[in-house]
Amino acid sequence: MSLEIKVGLASCGLAAGARDVYTAIENYLHKEKIAADLKKTACIGMCFAEPIVEISSEKFAPIIYGRITPEEVPELIEKFLTGTPNTAKAIIAKDCEAEENDTYNSQTRIVLRNCGKIDPVSIDDYLKVDGYKALEKSLKNMNRTEIIDEIKESGLRGRGGAGFPTGLKWQFAYNENNKKKYIICNADEGDPGAFMDRSVLEGDPHSIIEGMIIGAYAIGADEGYIYCRAEYPMAIKHLRIAIEAAEEKNLLGENIHGTEFNFELHIKEGAGAFVCGEETALMASIEGERGMPRIRPPFPAQSGLWGKPTNINNVETFANIAWIILNGAASYAKYGTEKSKGTKVFALAGMIRNSGLIEVPMGMPIRDVIYKVGGGMKTERPFKAVQMGGPSGGCIPAKLLDTTIDYDSITKTGAIMGSGGMVVMDTSTCMVDIARFFLNFTQNESCGKCTFCRVGTKRMLEILTKITEGKGEMEDLEKLETLSKNIIKGSLCGLGQTAPNPVLTTLKYFRDEYVAHIVDKKCVAGVCKPLIKYEVIEDKCIGCTACARKCPTKAISGKVKEIHLIDQDACIKCGICFDVCKFDAISKS
Amino acid sequence: MANNNPAKNILYQKLQVVIDEKMELQNPLIEILHQAQEIFGYLPAEVQQFIADQMRIPVGSVYGTVTFYNFFSMEPRGKHVINVCTGTACYVKGASKLIQMIEEELSLNMGETTKDGQFTLTSVRCVGACSLAPIFTIGEEIFGQIDSRNKLKTILDKFNRYA
Repeated sequence: MSLEIKVGLASCGLAAGARDVYTAIENYLHKEKIAADLKKTACIGMCFAEPIVEISSEKFAPIIYGRITPEEVPELIEKFLTGTPNTAKAIIAKDCEAEENDTYNSQTRIVLRNCGKIDPVSIDDYLKVDGYKALEKSLKNMNRTEIIDEIKESGLRGRGGAGFPTGLKWQFAYNENNKKKYIICNADEGDPGAFMDRSVLEGDPHSIIEGMIIGAYAIGADEGYIYCRAEYPMAIKHLRIAIEAAEEKNLLGENIHGTEFNFELHIKEGAGAFVCGEETALMASIEGERGMPRIRPPFPAQSGLWGKPTNINNVETFANIAWIILNGAASYAKYGTEKSKGTKVFALAGMIRNSGLIEVPMGMPIRDVIYKVGGGMKTERPFKAVQMGGPSGGCIPAKLLDTTIDYDSITKTGAIMGSGGMVVMDTSTCMVDIARFFLNFTQNESCGKCTFCRVGTKRMLEILTKITEGKGEMEDLEKLETLSKNIIKGSLCGLGQTAPNPVLTTLKYFRDEYVAHIVDKKCVAGVCKPLIKYEVIEDKCIGCTACARKCPTKAISGKVKEIHLIDQDACIKCGICFDVCKFDAISKS
Repeated sequence: MANNNPAKNILYQKLQVVIDEKMELQNPLIEILHQAQEIFGYLPAEVQQFIADQMRIPVGSVYGTVTFYNFFSMEPRGKHVINVCTGTACYVKGASKLIQMIEEELSLNMGETTKDGQFTLTSVRCVGACSLAPIFTIGEEIFGQIDSRNKLKTILDKFNRYA
């Protein structure tokens, strides 16, 4: 019986120890002289269950196992070979009752169609799953306007965040009469908490390249760039291998498929600047400059990279293209809502059980995403908010959980769809602190070009810090609102225009928490250090000295078997005593 | 650059090769800086001056770019750079506690390098492995779910041993 074994070795898998599992399998197969096809694949999206191993044979349909340790490998393979596969650790399989099975099967995977299934660095694997067929169809059977019309009809909107119709964007670049045009893929996935682009770049790089080649042909570009953030070394590595392989097969280069169409593709590595996710800043960065946004108009379609007409789309947008061309606009448009067609990938993270990547049709209520697909909350603490759209987005409270996911409904809440990051928060998160976290982020990342963004975010951060320290005043809330309005009006690019969103949404939905910090000097979530007090509960303390020994500032005094005491002036509120006490004798209030 | 230190001269020669190779590209400053940082470990003023001279651009442009991007450092860094992810998911799941643990374990503060030059502690916006928060990376290796001091110690020891 010939076995096929796949191990997920994307960043998330590696972080969970998949490399050791892979080595264990390799060693076991070698030792037992078992003939098997051992393959490396990427992320299937079930990051919470990493390391993930898939085993199949002619006799058995694939079984996907989760949370595998190197020690479990021999038994897993042996049982599979003897015809009695271990089902206890199976997460996805036919007739599998695991909860993960439902999570996986309730999705509609277009963008993630190949992620976790194929070997991302093998072009042959991609070709086997109809890879580059859409390119062939485009070049041989369609003319340029037909491609653009197809994308328009599909209703695909830019997945980078703003949701601009992709077909229309392509049309603008097509309309420009210029011999030199560029196409760019924005792979500078900057929103913390969003990692769908990383997953596709690592797991299915050819789908992005194919989408770009089709786009280049449609708009008339002969050169392209993938601007990838340097924080994703594996993505860059896989892209380089994929580009080389495509060049060898003449899918990139001159006279592609024997036509007159030439296309050259480069990778440009970022250098760590959030603002470079903004399209004009990104182009400045490709040009080797400081990544500062430029005034629009002229729009990139007229004058972009090095002054030439340029079309720029996000990774997820490009990953949809080949599927749409092959399956037709109508097949894509049957998913989603009237104004937001197709599927969307979401990165579920934070206090949710099944954290990872999911792809569902647009129009699903947030409640279903979190409780059905995402498996609900991770702990017993109740849901408090979901943060969508990263530093440009906002926090959506429990009462709006029935909001459907489409560009317009999400925008109405004050958050934005953004790139699809959903960070789920429970009652252990302080909303004032989270607003301060985002402001700290945007303030750090503001490029400094516009005064309101540069200085305004700094003033907002100061006010928020003051509130979290218990020194806030009620007028501060009005100041925050005024500053927000002015920053939105006075900033050139999306970074500044959306920077106040996390503050505005938390003020709108969680004003009570701000007031509690200011008036009662209380942080309900117990996060804001200056407002917390650690004390020894005298009845419970047995005098074991564990806390006193661990206290970094020696703020705890007391002899063995005697009740200890925390010196409040010396306490830095690090919480170590609270964590190390085995008798629950430290209170946090 | 005129320098009496032979070891350093070799590094400058390496950089010269990189610059000659990249000058074919349209404004390759960022690529050159990436490579220069790999060669020297950081980008001190004299390296920036060298790049500016070779590329025939004002040193101000080089300095402007170096200071704009988080990836470039003008301070020497340790052999292993620990990048703690401070993205939203890691933040919600205790990145600040992780930073505190590392600071205590290595007796340094955020942004500093240990006295023996082994480790530098910095932060990164998000490495995109949010499901395994809290996370840090050392070089291209990524470590997830670091929620206990023991897990942290095992990893740091491993790097110290192969120092």
